[in-house]
This record gives sequence, C-alpha cells and structure tokens, in this order.
Amino acid sequence: MEQQIREILAAYGRLGVDVDALDVNTDLYLNGMTSHASVNVMIGLEEAFDIEFPSEMLRKANFASIGAIQAALSELVPNSLAG
Amino acid sequence: MVALSSAPTAEVPRLRVRSGVDLVAVSDVDNALTQFGQRYLDKLFTAHEIASCQGSAQTVAEGLAARFAAKEAAMKVLRPCDVAVDWRSVEVRRSPDGICTLEFSGEAARLAEEAGIVDVSVALSHEGDLATAFVVALCMPESAKPVASLAPVATEMGD
Repeated sequence: MEQQIREILAAYGRLGVDVDALDVNTDLYLNGMTSHASVNVMIGLEEAFDIEFPSEMLRKANFASIGAIQAALSELVPNSLAG
Repeated sequence: MVALSSAPTAEVPRLRVRSGVDLVAVSDVDNALTQFGQRYLDKLFTAHEIASCQGSAQTVAEGLAARFAAKEAAMKVLRPCDVAVDWRSVEVRRSPDGICTLEFSGEAARLAEEAGIVDVSVALSHEGDLATAFVVALCMPESAKPVASLAPVATEMGD
C-alpha cells in the first residue's frame, strides 16, 4: 500500500521533492502539496483502491503525510494492514 | 476631510474581522478535469457552481479555479482545524448580473455560527493561469456571539 501511495503522490501531489525519499511522517503540505493537489491525491487514491472517502474523513490532517494517508486508507480498504 | 476616531462609540459594535485569500493555478484545475472528469466536479462543486461555469474549456477551468480558491479562502476564515468540511458546504452563488455571494451549509454553517460570523463577502478574479479569491467576514465580539442560526450571505464582485 505504501508504494501505491507514493506513486499516487508522485502523479498528483505536485511535491517539490522526490517522493521516494520522503519519510512516512514527513509533512506533505510543507513539501509543496497544495490544497488543490491534495484533492487530486484523494481522487487518485479513490480510483486506485476503488473506495470513496466519506465526508467525515475530508480533513486536511488525513492527507498530511504518507503515514496519515495509510491510516485513513486502512479504515476503508479491506485487509489493508497486510499490504 | 473626514476624521477617523480610534475610540469606538457605544453605538458602534466592536465587530471582529476575519479574512482569507487563496490562489489556484487554472491549468491545475484543467488537468484535474481532464484526469478525473465528473468525479472531480462532484467532489468539489455544487450543481449551481458547475452551471455557473460554462463556455470554452479555458473559461470553465478559470471559473472553477476561482471558486475553489473561494472555498479555500473561506476555510481560512472558518478555521476548521481538524474538523472535516465538505467543499460543497461553501458555495459561490452567482446572480444573473454577475454578482457573487458566498453561502455556507452543513459543517461550514456550523463553524460560521460558532465564530459569530454575521456577514461575509467574497471577491473572485482570474488572469492568465492564476485564479484568486478573497473572503472577508465580520464576526460578533466574543461576548456577543449570536445564538440563533444564521445564513451568512454577502455580495461582492463577480468573476
């Protein structure tokens, strides 16, 4: 799952740094991800994992780091902890 | 010449002001429309906002980019912290004569009430690849926040 998240961030996150070099706890907003880019990341995640983020999960904090995204996805993707 | 006094009178409520501004690249919105289409629109914009942005692909992207900027500017006014706020709960309403207003619903309306917002104004603009929006809100003093629900609406320039 983490690698898929990194690929989606590389495609849509508009980060100013190498995504593969990011620590899972690195703040993505502090590394160039705009609010609009975070929307694209969210939709990219929805399409990649065939899920939909419910409105109660549309918090900025849920997309602030690879780890935060992984934690959010773990609530939506069956058997995600194994990946 | 009008003299401005720094000492408010008893008749003038000491309203607080909150402001927010945001800037969005039109090409980012255009790319998102190409990549995600209707899913992108449905996530962010109300039916009225989508209907308000018609014309060439560039015109649509400019209008939507300005509206997304307005939503983000409004978030800076509402200060949701870690509360989830649906983007569609901040809506840019455009009248037939081009005047734009901002309306809150759902969690955005709750945050507006919590902040004591009694009036809000939005201005949209775009030029080239950039779209921007500026939101200003008047808030009741901390000691006099309204207890009844409010419908924050205000007029400003169109986009």
